Amino acid sequence: MIEKCGYCCTKIRNINVSFGKKEVLKNVNIHIHCGKLTAIIGKNGAGKSTLLKAILGEVKHTGTILFKDRENSGKKIKIGYVPQKLDIENSPATVYDVVVSFTSKYPSFLPKSKKYYEEIKEHLKEFGAESLIDSKINTLSGGQLQRVMLAIATMPYPDLLILDEPVSGIDRNGKEMFYEKIHYLKENYDLAVLMVSHDFEYVKRYADKVILLDKTIVAKGKADDVMHSKEFVETFGKVEG
Amino acid sequence: MFRYEFIKNALYAILIITPLFGIIGTVIVNNKMAFFSDALGHSALTGIAIGALLGVTNPTISMVCFGIIFALLLNKIKDIKVTSRDTIISVFSSTALALGLVILSKNGNFSKFSNYLIGDILSIVPSEIIALLVIAIFVIVFWFLFFNKMFAISLNSSLAKSKNISVKLVENLFVVLVALIVMMSIRWVGILIINSLLILPAAASRNIARNIKEYHFYSILIALFSGIVGLIVSYMQGIATGPTIVLIASLIFFVTYFIRKKIGD
Repeated sequence: MIEKCGYCCTKIRNINVSFGKKEVLKNVNIHIHCGKLTAIIGKNGAGKSTLLKAILGEVKHTGTILFKDRENSGKKIKIGYVPQKLDIENSPATVYDVVVSFTSKYPSFLPKSKKYYEEIKEHLKEFGAESLIDSKINTLSGGQLQRVMLAIATMPYPDLLILDEPVSGIDRNGKEMFYEKIHYLKENYDLAVLMVSHDFEYVKRYADKVILLDKTIVAKGKADDVMHSKEFVETFGKVEG
Repeated sequence: MFRYEFIKNALYAILIITPLFGIIGTVIVNNKMAFFSDALGHSALTGIAIGALLGVTNPTISMVCFGIIFALLLNKIKDIKVTSRDTIISVFSSTALALGLVILSKNGNFSKFSNYLIGDILSIVPSEIIALLVIAIFVIVFWFLFFNKMFAISLNSSLAKSKNISVKLVENLFVVLVALIVMMSIRWVGILIINSLLILPAAASRNIARNIKEYHFYSILIALFSGIVGLIVSYMQGIATGPTIVLIASLIFFVTYFIRKKIGD
């Protein structure tokens, strides 16, 4: 377990992204502090996924993404990413195969390495998924798969955890478990969490800060303030509660 | 039958080529690249044609060079999101095939090249077997270093990227490797059937494998079995070897398909 620092942060400064002549993101500035969950909301096509891809270095952008730890050591930021889905249709792979492929150099086509097998099992346990280790990946439920992806993203524990609409298509029980786990990670491992979500109810309950994106940041602050802002109502209409 | 030198050579070649096809097929099927490898096979004709135009005496050299350029080009355009990937690859594939045929048929000379279409494994000589062996060693080393990364990319490229995998580099290395193997073996296997040999063993294995280790094991086994049985049957019946191998692999595919249906996914 890591001592809470409260000093480290990820500074996303002046991000601009254009696809050809079309401006997708303009002048986006975000400070993400560790131990805090920042939620990004916005309508479809507002640039949420593009912003995540820019942070992951997959989309060409201008501007800087800086990670500052307590010692200001300038080390490279470790990012954990939980995608919306994996392409596992008809896949012969087991959970072990998938996790070992993402997290180690030990070839997954060789007989299982006892060391990695135990390591992975131990880590899956943290997410209540250790019994799934030998299951075929395409037999898991949405919630189970989500927990396995979270396990992959946190091996090793990152500085910044990015979640892309993490619970779409998952039942209520699965959602509760997932958000509980994220909350636990954030509190106990001092992770900075950045999440794109449409789930206003959960955003309200778990997010420390909410950013409303529409090409650029149109509103930010505490969940309650943003959700009662004029900009929010203009984007989504009135939301109950 | 194995008292003949040319049959022995063909057997050695099959013992090397088919497991290689079984191995790289696993990633081609995982990454949904069947169209890509098909286009690559067709482009061999253009490679031969360009070699003939430039007066290169060994067509393998011009095929390999053109194949690598073509593979990298295909890999580049697949990210352009204007038309669907299948369509774009088909356009390139048809163009390469037609261009090759046009050049080679000039002056009515095409029959000279027609054995590239179905291949002739019985004409392989020892120096060429050694070249295949070198490639095989290369592929195995590559597999130990890169299989995990390629598999990760096939599952989700953004997640792979977040784990510091150089997605583009790994993809490019793999397509160059496939181009190399396809072009080096196309004279023995044939342009029309090379893709079947890449896809069928892995596709059949996928029907019955319960993990990645079995996926590789069955794929290699099915490729090897089809190769050896295909050689023997084609020799005894006096028919072309490549297509016989493919027929046996197809048969195995259907059997595994029904096994999967029966046991459920």
